[in-house]
Amino acid sequence: MTSARPVHFTVNGAAATVTVEPRTTLADALRNELRLTGTHLGCEHGVCGACTVIVDGAAVRGCLVLAAQAEGREITTVEGLGSAAHLSALQLAFRKHHALQCGFCTAGILTTAHALLTEEPHADEDRIREVISGNLCRCTGYLPIIAAIMEARIAYRDVQCEAAQ
Amino acid sequence: MSDVAKLLVGSAVERMEDARFLSGSGNFADDLAVEGMLHAAILRSPIAHARIVAIDASAALAMPGIHAVITARDISDTIPIIPLRLAPLPEFEPFRQPVIASDKVRYVGEPIAVVIADSRALAEDALERIGIEFEALSAVTERGASETPLFDFAEDNVALRYDAGFGDADAAFASADYVRTERFSVQRHTALPMETRGLLAEWNSSAGRLVVTGATKVTFYNRRALAQMLGLREDDIDLIEIDVGGGFGVRGEFYPEDFLIPFAARKVARPVKWIEDRREHLMAINHSRDIACELSLACRSDGMMLGLRGQVFADMGAYIRTNGGVVPAKAAQFLPGPYRIPHVSVSVEAFMTSKTPVGTYRGPGRFEANFFRERLIDMAATDLGIDIAEFRRKNLITEQELPYPIDGLVPYEGPTSYDTGDYVEVFERALKEIGWHEKRHLQGKLVDGVRHGIGLGCFVESGGAGPKENAALTLEKDGSLTVAVGSSVLGQGLETVLGQIASDTLSIPFDRIRVLHGSTTLLDEGFGTYHSRAVVMGGSAVLDAAIRLREKILQQASNHLGRPNSELKIINANVVADNGASVSFAALAAGCELQADGTFSNEVRTYSYGTHAAHVTVDPRTGAVKVLDYIAVEDVGRAINPAIVHGQAIGAIVQGLGGVFLDHLIYDDQGQLLNASLADYLVPTASDFPVLRAVTLELRPSPSNPLGAKGAGEGGIVAVAAATANAVAAALAPLNVEIHHLPLTPPRLWRLIKNAHARAITAA
Repeated sequence: MTSARPVHFTVNGAAATVTVEPRTTLADALRNELRLTGTHLGCEHGVCGACTVIVDGAAVRGCLVLAAQAEGREITTVEGLGSAAHLSALQLAFRKHHALQCGFCTAGILTTAHALLTEEPHADEDRIREVISGNLCRCTGYLPIIAAIMEARIAYRDVQCEAAQ
Repeated sequence: MSDVAKLLVGSAVERMEDARFLSGSGNFADDLAVEGMLHAAILRSPIAHARIVAIDASAALAMPGIHAVITARDISDTIPIIPLRLAPLPEFEPFRQPVIASDKVRYVGEPIAVVIADSRALAEDALERIGIEFEALSAVTERGASETPLFDFAEDNVALRYDAGFGDADAAFASADYVRTERFSVQRHTALPMETRGLLAEWNSSAGRLVVTGATKVTFYNRRALAQMLGLREDDIDLIEIDVGGGFGVRGEFYPEDFLIPFAARKVARPVKWIEDRREHLMAINHSRDIACELSLACRSDGMMLGLRGQVFADMGAYIRTNGGVVPAKAAQFLPGPYRIPHVSVSVEAFMTSKTPVGTYRGPGRFEANFFRERLIDMAATDLGIDIAEFRRKNLITEQELPYPIDGLVPYEGPTSYDTGDYVEVFERALKEIGWHEKRHLQGKLVDGVRHGIGLGCFVESGGAGPKENAALTLEKDGSLTVAVGSSVLGQGLETVLGQIASDTLSIPFDRIRVLHGSTTLLDEGFGTYHSRAVVMGGSAVLDAAIRLREKILQQASNHLGRPNSELKIINANVVADNGASVSFAALAAGCELQADGTFSNEVRTYSYGTHAAHVTVDPRTGAVKVLDYIAVEDVGRAINPAIVHGQAIGAIVQGLGGVFLDHLIYDDQGQLLNASLADYLVPTASDFPVLRAVTLELRPSPSNPLGAKGAGEGGIVAVAAATANAVAAALAPLNVEIHHLPLTPPRLWRLIKNAHARAITAA
């Protein structure tokens, strides 16, 4: 396996280059090459959603996309949403509502919710449930996750207003 | 007590864990990377029962980047055997699991070889190049279905049978007005934590020391087991616990890989990491449930329960692992539940099959037992013409009868009694919450094409296993506090809960507390997290250490300020004297070492209890069930953090609903696991059960521990099958459908409806 080649993309606003084999997934490249280990792998076959990252604004399963497919793209991972010292409104709502327990699925749910609310800050509860039904969580029973996302919507509406002005 | 503005114990403080998880800075097993690290992949048996004739690893070894292929031959003439951690009944000894298959494989997924390579991908590539010659043997997939003994020394595949009970069940049944016997079963499923297992083993050959990171649950026990297997002293092994993505009983037991990965690291003299993939997780980690039961109830015609007889049949899979017979033993023990049944006789048969071995999953045995009993209660009440709520009310143990002994139901355990509670009050609360009186007229009614049903399920369940837990508290030089505890954290929020306890006792701000847990480096001994014991035992140990540390701080402050202890108060990490002089914790800690050990020993179990109620609709045309409302009411004695307890309850209800409707490990008659992927093994998603409620009560504290806490992590799951299946049965009662077996999938319910309809036509 000596066919490693460079792939260039933007991660959380910074340019990045990884040199990986063609078979390397985007999730593995982010985790192993860039050490962005906030993105987790729960099934590696595209069902659990833990590895969800945002590629050009769309929530994407990092385990089903090859790193090479990310050439020239803009990627946002959980690390790009906010830091431990400066959590985003979405992250703060998760903490307030106890919307996480073990924290393993959390990154994928945050990125999924962030992509959703950025596009649809007025998404109703059914829509949020429908979208989050692509992410598995075994701890919370989902109720506090939905509550947190519902509450965080207001912050995304504000962002849209600012953008409009 | 210290002066604090507001006590944290009992309040829903935000979790100290959350900032790191929300920002992606948690530290899970697969996040570990060290210099020179190699990667392991495990070759697992593709067939259920076979002799291994030959293994040829030469082609794999010749591949670039492959460092070793380890098989039984490389380990020793005698392959280490995984010990029984719990329920160490001697009958199980010969059925324990070797850490790797040598001459025979007994289930799909059993480890045969370990490949060590430069990357995980290369290691997985090499698995395909290992040639194994098998001589296939008949698989055993059901009780008594095959003549083939799975173990050469055994005449059949029954590992253990025992009888237990109290009173005189035969006499009770002989004199009863009414007797009904039914057979029930709960399907094989598993906990499915979101993080699969993972380990990093680092061998330091010059020091002769081993460090294994990724351990959890019972690290000290596992270190003892590993030391014996590797021929090392316990002190030469550190088991390190980092963030763990869910446990629910299955994660952290001693599995074959807990030997194989450290062994490999020592053999190749390089750090070795292994991350389980989801497919192997489903065939390798403990399965659970998979219990059938023949249950008989004897009553007076007025509905008073007189006697209960239960035969529990447990499919243990191919080997007896660390949990021994806990699952069937608890299924038998909790058959009587929270009811006054004077005469109980239970029997347990644990049999071996060609499937993945079983172990404990949240509410082990209780989920099953409550389903069996509560179903039979509804049948009996209906036969006797008694309202299902009234039947339960009549038979629930009253507070005046507590403590209520339930001795003699588990052969390897001593006497035990239900401790405290008001079972009737909690039952009435659940009826009120679900709106029983307003909604009971809906039972079985067809409204807009779907039938309504409301089901009830009462439970009592044990927690807080002994014997002991330890903690050590250190006041750091900067005045912050480090809490070290022998309990393990598997994502349940224990850091926060222990921080709350320490904060209140020492009047140290919550954000100045750091909680270290689980690792064998922290304490001389720890006992871990299982059986809902971490708050009861670990929390009490932290409380003990905090009280001792407070005394030391006050003594040190007394010396410093020249005032007697009686004139000192602790206020917000400062010691203040009556005369106004004060000294900060940081100043005191700078002057001397301020550290205290705490311990809590206790063999008395806590008994949480409660009632679940479910309101469902069933579409008789499709068998699809919708949960319209669900309420779980539980008395946990004392909730240190109500939001965390509530989260445990809601999460557990959803896991339980998965066990009722979705989760199912399906085997064919060749012993092949047919659904070893998350595309095929179904668990609840966010859109499945949107309406659920949990009420946590603190009616009667536990007398067993100074916190008054009872186990609170499992009560949310243990009565879910009971209440939900009763609701489905109530909905379908007009169609003459009875529910005996889980899971309640649409095809199963549809078939039951169709068959009942066909019977009705034939009878007509």
